[in-house]
Parts: sequence; structure tokens; C-alpha cells
Amino acid sequence: MQSLALGGMAAGFGLRPLRAAESPEVLSGSEFDLSIGGIDVDFGNGRRAATAVNGRLPAPLLRWREGDVVTLRVRNTLPTTSSIHWHGILLPASMDGVPGFSFDGIAPGETFTYRFPVKQSGTYWYHSHSRFQEQTGLYGAIVIEPRDGEAHRADRDYVVLLSDWTDNNPEHIYATLKKQSNYYNRARPTFAEKMRSGNGMWNRMRMDPSDLADVGGYAYTYLMNGAAPAANWAAAFSRGEKVRLRFINGSSMSFFDVRIPGLSMKVVAADGQPVEPVSVDEFRIGAAETYDVIVEPDERAYTIFAQSMDRSGYARGTLTPRAGLTADVPALDAPQRLRMGDMMGQMSHHGMQMKGMEGSCGASMSTLRTGPGVDMTVPTPRSNLDDPGVGLRDNGRHVLTYADLRSTAPVGDAKPDRSITLHLTGNMDRYVWSFDAMKFSDAKPLRFENGERVRITLINDTMMTHPIHLHGMWSDVENADGEFQVRKHTVVVQPAQTLSYRITAGPAGRWAYHCHLLYHMEAGMFREVVVA
Amino acid sequence: MRFAIGVVTLFTACSALADEVNMDAMQMNDDAHFGMLKFDQLEHAWAPGNGVDWNADAWYGGDFDKVWLRSEGEHSDGRLDARTELFWNHAFANFWDWQLGARHDSGLGATRDWAAFGVQGLAPYGFEVEATAYASDQSRTAMRLRTEYEMLITQQLVLQPELETNFYGKSDRAPDIASGLSDAQFALRLRYEIRREFAPYVGVVWTRRFADGARDDTQLVAGVRFWF
Repeated sequence: MQSLALGGMAAGFGLRPLRAAESPEVLSGSEFDLSIGGIDVDFGNGRRAATAVNGRLPAPLLRWREGDVVTLRVRNTLPTTSSIHWHGILLPASMDGVPGFSFDGIAPGETFTYRFPVKQSGTYWYHSHSRFQEQTGLYGAIVIEPRDGEAHRADRDYVVLLSDWTDNNPEHIYATLKKQSNYYNRARPTFAEKMRSGNGMWNRMRMDPSDLADVGGYAYTYLMNGAAPAANWAAAFSRGEKVRLRFINGSSMSFFDVRIPGLSMKVVAADGQPVEPVSVDEFRIGAAETYDVIVEPDERAYTIFAQSMDRSGYARGTLTPRAGLTADVPALDAPQRLRMGDMMGQMSHHGMQMKGMEGSCGASMSTLRTGPGVDMTVPTPRSNLDDPGVGLRDNGRHVLTYADLRSTAPVGDAKPDRSITLHLTGNMDRYVWSFDAMKFSDAKPLRFENGERVRITLINDTMMTHPIHLHGMWSDVENADGEFQVRKHTVVVQPAQTLSYRITAGPAGRWAYHCHLLYHMEAGMFREVVVA
Repeated sequence: MRFAIGVVTLFTACSALADEVNMDAMQMNDDAHFGMLKFDQLEHAWAPGNGVDWNADAWYGGDFDKVWLRSEGEHSDGRLDARTELFWNHAFANFWDWQLGARHDSGLGATRDWAAFGVQGLAPYGFEVEATAYASDQSRTAMRLRTEYEMLITQQLVLQPELETNFYGKSDRAPDIASGLSDAQFALRLRYEIRREFAPYVGVVWTRRFADGARDDTQLVAGVRFWF
């Protein structure tokens, strides 16, 4: 028998959202009534206004069943237009919830009814696609029960939804980044470090090796299922039980590095899709990604520790056999600096020789130049998937990489009919972000024929890590040899990395394609995809 | 100062507007305009010539095109000496903008108006550079070069060296101007960022003037750097 709970034993610790109205944390079935509205929350620094669903932050966990047709009546009680996007869900474009593409958004006082068949199973999430409402709290988990039951049995089943709460107005954060893009970086290299490191290249290139997150702990309180670290969200288990933890990164701007000291985690699904089980000590989860892991704890408490990539803070909870029992909370790791390879790609390995380049890497050389919106390009990006990323390299733990993820079914095998290449571009100093040096407002839509198989090659010409999300379609990630590796809905591309995935275009309609770092998306790292 | 206060008021308004941008419209606005006012220096200077000096920039606009106002000057012994510049600021390279506009000198000496063209940006190794050339209707020419650098001692304690030089095409007796290199100023300011937007500082400023025989001044300064 599986139990599914979100709240665990968090009640009674304080430092949690002040509920406008008590409503269930979990809603299941095929008919749902959701009401978007404002609530007050207090995460330790006084009351702030948040955006919630049914008075809850996070929004209620929705449980669907594969094969059902779900109906979701979403009422908007905000004074502004709102929307809900079902992240990673295959559905008609008109149900995707992106204002301007799918529909006009949900006007104040109006109700929009979403209705679509559920064609998949696994862990997903939903969030607002309107301006910064996601940052102010409009996100919740979706768990879809497989038609044939879970492939991996577990005695307990918990959603662990990570997010980044800010007491500031997100409009103010965005404006601040436009004025001083390193404002929230509190770990910049000092002059002494610059002299000591002797790494002239960074200074010559006017790049900052400490630029790991645009917004960090100075502005954020990291939450686990809506609980601040002091509130210690807790999940119960009994001796000998297997526990499934469904990790969802519902944050606006944060990557989390997740581990449970003392426990090995068996990763069984990525972005809702089953993968060959792989046991790891730690994994990095990008904004909008999900990972299901199964753990087998001994009869003691464990800390679920999710530190932000820039090491400016953490979300934390407890896995415990008895209420009130806690485990040590590890210290934050020291922040690592970006390496030469994060700026130069392969070149840093091959000196200034440009050998080992092939196909798409070579093609990238001619097309893109630096300019007002592009502060750097990577002449020879690297294509390996087995780099855990800055901050996780050589940390003595077994850290998950995309190279470890293999979809169990041969779902993404179909070969592409054609290929396109897109550069992830930006100018950190000006806080401008784009694909191919063109902001959304300057770019034409990408056009795909309904049903065609397309290989999208992304080349990250920035020093930031970007989680790229294509709405409505799977992204079937290829390995460096061009073979199908893993099916995802959100693909993390590391600095100076090139990565390819295949999509089957469809269904017909207008779809969003963007970086899932919210402020990057709002700054223009966004494209429309038209399938016709 | 009245001018500066006016600018402050204007840009507070602009900044408030920018923060309100587009909460209603559900589409993204990746061309939103923002405004910023930054007093890099607002300081009291001691001997010789007690007074208040300032150096401020204000801009409003999008990512690549901005209206840019720059004001600097000093107020000492009841006399105001100010230089105000208004530019169209256009980004033309990854770290560089050009600036096209006008400069107005007021206060000490003759009031002058200049056409101005310059570049500003971030040079390799992180030097902030401004280089501006001027021409007036009386066929006068001038050029100013300014560069500064930020040395983080800690995340909040910042040492900022700054070098400024002014060149003029011909001498101008009244406002203390010599032809060629007219004056050079090197300053070191040590600030403590209570917030990134608000930092009191102390510093020392060496000035060499070349008009009517070289003169050196050394001034101690204390002030506040702030922006919003």
C-alpha cells in the first residue's frame, strides 16, 4: 500500500505560510477546482504578499491517473491576469496555459477550464506563466499514477518541492539586475584572490568566475515543500520501508545540489520518465527538472539537504522514523569558481589547437560574434555529458550526471529528419539574455512541420548554466556520439557545453521554448515554436 | 545642488514607474525601460578650499539605448562650478557604449557649451573607462579621459583608484585652463558598502593643474556613494 503525503510532519514548527483558508494539500481525481489568489506569508522577516492556489503555497499537489481525462477549473481572484502551465505534460496547445500563445490568460474574476487526456505518468509540476507570479509562489506538484502501477515499489511516497522565496518584489529584483547584474553575488573574487590565482584570462575577458547564480541567498529563502530551513519539513517512515522521494525544482532562479548524508539515493525517474536505476550520493536539479529517487533508510533521522549551486543557502528537511527527531545539517560547501573549461569549452583541454571538433561544433565557429547582447562566444564547446558541473567536481561524492541517465524504454530512438542549431547567448554585464543573440521580441518563431523529427543542438555561449524547456514535446537528449540517451522536458546546458536532443514536433499550435530561469526568460531568452 | 535634487526627484519617479512595468500585461517585456541614478561621489573636501564635490550619472532607457545625464562639479566658498553632459548612450559592442551629446559648463569663468562624443565601457582587466572629446562653437576643443578600478578588499570594503585627465586645444585664462594637458587628478577612495547601493567612504585626491605654472593640491575627502 502506498501512501502519498506532502505535508509530512511540518505542522507546528512555525515559519510556514499563514494559510488564508485551510484546504487540502493533496487533490486527486479527475475534476479539480483551483482558485488563484493572494495570501500573506511569513518566512521569518514579516508578512509578505504571495500568490497561491486554494490559499496554499506551494499550490496543492494534484494526483492524476494515466488514461483519465482531467478537468481543471481555474478561477483567478487576483487583480491581474493569471495562468497555469502544466509543466512537461503532453496536451493540446490550447491547454498549455501560456498567455499570448495558448489563450489570453485568465482575466481577474474569470474561470478558465482546462481539459485534456493524461497520456503519461510520473512526477511533474505546474506553475504560473504570467510575469513573476511563479516567483511569488504559484507552483505546485503533479503526480500521475501509471496505468500499470509503479515500476519501483515504495512503501512511502513523498513530493519534495524545492523553491526560492523572496521577501522582495521580483520586479525590483529584475530592475536591480538590469542596473547592477552582480548585485546579489556576495562571493566575488577579492583583489587578493585575483592576484593570487594568477588567472589573467578571466580578467582579460572581463568575466567573473564566481558568477554562479544571478540571485542568491541574499534575496532568497530556500523552501522545501513551502517550509523554510528553520521550519524543517519532515517526512515519516517506519523501519525497513522503502521511501520514494519525488524531487521537483519549482524555483525561479536556483539550481540545487541535493543529498541525504548517510543515504545512497537510487534515481529511478528523470522529468517524470523512468530511467535505468542508478545509485548516487548527490544530484544537481535545475529549475523545472524533476527526479524520483528511492531510499532505504535505517531507523534514524536523515537530513535532506539541498544547497543552492552558489552555496549562498539551502533548503532542508528531515526524513525520520519518529516525529521531532532530527539529524545534523551539513555545512554549506565552499563555493567553487568556474574553470577555464567553463569559458573556453574544449579549447582549455586542447590548448589553442582546435582539434577534435566535429559537425555542429565546427559550424558554430563562423556564425556568432560578440556584440552588445553577446559578451562572449565559445569557439570550441565541449560535448561530454559526464561533467557534474561547477561546485560538484571532485567533491568525493558520487554525483549524478546526464551520462548516468538512460531511459528504460527506447522511446526517443527515432532518428531526426533535420537539425537546427541555437546558441544560448547573453551579456551578463547588461543583463541581456537571448537565443542566437536575438531577444524574443526581435526574433521570428521557430517553425516545425507537424510530426517531423528535429535535432536541436544547443551551444551555450555563456558562463551560466541554463535549464531549457520546450513546451508540449519531449526533448530526447543525445549523448556525445549522437545516440539517444534520456527523455526530458527540461534540459540543463552547462557553460561552454554543446548538447543535442531530438524532438517530434507536435501537436500543432504555438508553443513556448525558453530558459527556465525566470529572469532570463523575461529578459528575452525565449522563443515561440510554431508547429503546423 | 538644486539641479541634483531635481534629478533625484525625476529618477525616483522613473524608477518607481519601471518597477510597475507590466504586472498586468501577461506577455514578457524584454525591452522594458529602466532608470538609474548613481552618485559615484558626493563628498566634502578639506583644504585647500573646503567644499562639496559631486560626480553623478543618471540614465533612463532600454538595454542598448539610453538617455544619459552626467553631472559633476564643486561648490566651495559660495561658488558653484559645474559641468553637465547629456548624451544619447548607445551600446555598440559587448562592453562598450558610445555617447553623443552636449556639455554645458557653468559657474567659474566663462559659461561654455560643447558638442560631445565619447566612448565608455569596461576595458580588459576590468578598468572602467570614459573617453570623451568636445568641440565648442568658438573652435575650442577638449578631451577628457577617465578610468577607475574596483579592488575588493572584502565583499563590502572596496578601494577605488581613479585617474582623470583633461586636455584643451587652447588656454582659457578665466577657468584655469591650459592648452594641452590642463589638469590631472588621481584619487583613492575606500568605501564600505553597507548595502551595495549605499556606501560611505574616505579618500585622498591629488590634483595637478598646469595653467599659469604647475600647481599641486592634495585634498582629503569623505562622502557617500549611492545609487538606486
